[in-house]
Amino acid sequence: MTSAAATLRSAPEPARAETRGRAVGLTADEIYRQLLRALAISVFAVLVLIVFETTRGALPSIQAFGWRFLISTEWDPVAEKFGALPYLYGTLVTSALALLLAIPPCLGAAVYLSELASRRLGAALTFVIELLASIPSIVFGVWGLFVLAPWLRTTIEPFLIAKFGFLPLFRGFPFGIGILNAGLVLAVMVAPTIVSISREILLSTPRSLREAALALGATRAEGIAVTLDAARPGILGAIILALGRALGETMAVTMVIGNTNRISASLLAPGSTMASVIANEFTEATGKLYLAALFEIALVLFAITLVLNAMARLLVYWATGGRRDVAGAA
Amino acid sequence: MSPALPDTLAPLPARGPGARRRAWNAAMIGGCYLSTALVVLPLGLIVIHLLRKGLPGLNAAFFFHMPKPVGEPGGGMANAIVGTLLLVGLGSLVSVPVGVGTGVYLAEYGRGRFATLVRYTADVLSGVPSIVVGVAAYALVVVPMGHFSALAGGVALGVLMLPTIIRSTEEVVRLVPRSYREAALALGAPRWKMIQQIVLPAASAGVMTACLLALARAAGETAPLLFTALGNRFWSTALDQPIASLPVFIYDYSRAPYDDWNRQAWAAALVLLMLVTFVSALLRLTTRRISTS
Repeated sequence: MTSAAATLRSAPEPARAETRGRAVGLTADEIYRQLLRALAISVFAVLVLIVFETTRGALPSIQAFGWRFLISTEWDPVAEKFGALPYLYGTLVTSALALLLAIPPCLGAAVYLSELASRRLGAALTFVIELLASIPSIVFGVWGLFVLAPWLRTTIEPFLIAKFGFLPLFRGFPFGIGILNAGLVLAVMVAPTIVSISREILLSTPRSLREAALALGATRAEGIAVTLDAARPGILGAIILALGRALGETMAVTMVIGNTNRISASLLAPGSTMASVIANEFTEATGKLYLAALFEIALVLFAITLVLNAMARLLVYWATGGRRDVAGAA
Repeated sequence: MSPALPDTLAPLPARGPGARRRAWNAAMIGGCYLSTALVVLPLGLIVIHLLRKGLPGLNAAFFFHMPKPVGEPGGGMANAIVGTLLLVGLGSLVSVPVGVGTGVYLAEYGRGRFATLVRYTADVLSGVPSIVVGVAAYALVVVPMGHFSALAGGVALGVLMLPTIIRSTEEVVRLVPRSYREAALALGAPRWKMIQQIVLPAASAGVMTACLLALARAAGETAPLLFTALGNRFWSTALDQPIASLPVFIYDYSRAPYDDWNRQAWAAALVLLMLVTFVSALLRLTTRRISTS
């Protein structure tokens, strides 16, 4: 009797202790979870901080120039007048040129790797191409400056001027460094992104598409065309992702583009990109407004890449049904 | 992959419309072979040029001596090598715990809106141009301190490492078999113990690889260091002072009008390539072996 009473009395005790512990959230499990959660929150905080600091730094320039900043070509640190159009132009032209040069061979390579190559060779080549992505951009810069530039200056550019000089695109002097060089280096740099993601997209298209085409008597190329058609959104995503990378690329471009803030129709002329002007002038920027203008360029660059990346990720996600993790592509 | 498929199932006639289709087929297939060669070619060229121009400059002095004053030939970049290691170490000091922790959180508790937000944040972070990270680190560390410092460079590199570490950790932790978790829980282990003592050790090789890959990539970054760590021609390991690094060193030396400096830039580029690319290759190969066995 007494023992039963004792059990009755003691039984609720641990239960109560447990509820009390849970009420203040002090179980070890909960602490561990909240700790990890705090780390995750801090990652979000890092992003917010980047946006906040860049915006704060750009504020004087935003207030002084407003939207004119984006359409003015004037860049005069002495008179404290700043416009980013030459840099916007340089960024867009070099990136567009890079994509134009990179897309056809990259798609061809992706098709080869996913459809034509033997399993072994395909895996080996994919590995090599993905290694290309890990080469530091400064190394591309050194190569572009010391190998590509002299070659362009002595061989390619004189040829372009002689044969196609009637086009405004190929007018001017063969400097070696300039928009063309930057576009070429960027093309090499973004190739791994396009190839490896497009390859995955092609591999994830249903086999039945290809088989149906072949069964209907299509040639191999025609079968591939059907697959490519099905993979279009995903490949577009890969290209946009590559574009985002090209826009933000700094060192290689800074070393080979020549760094002038003029807008020129010729691909042979030197130019500047948003990233390269920041790299070049940031440490020399004296004066609050000068520095703020460079901050604003960084902010604009950030905004552009943000929008592009979001678009690309959505496309790739949609095209592969969520199987492909783009973050792991690099 | 379909290696055994014939070009067409029914043979095409040699004349007429079929011949055009066959020619088109051959051209397209040939184009694919050619394109692949075209994509791989630059890698080969870069490696060949680096070896040809960089190898002669590689000697003991390069690794153990300090840069010589302008005009004097020789010297090395011992300070830059140490600087790069220090900067990457500094960066990983914060980004490894935060990144691994966040990755584990996403893998183990990663359902719901907050986790999606964090995943998206990591994706956005990986897309931020490195120069923008440098600008932010400048505003965050250099401006309050009043001068350039190794600390600022470390912060910038740390931010750049984060997304890779987070996403790879999440992936690797997810790969740990469900049965491990179930066995641990069935034995009465609380969740945190299960993660800490069963899941993480099982995933440790992968997590380590992820961190090293991020570190290798960060070691090659130049843009975010230009106006954070700045560079230094002298020996310095002080965290609150400007510090030399291999990438910035290459940048400065390749723009300089001295042949001897350009030669050293090539040598340094070769060292950097070996450091970054060979480490990545090695890591990828070993992980591939682990995952296939």
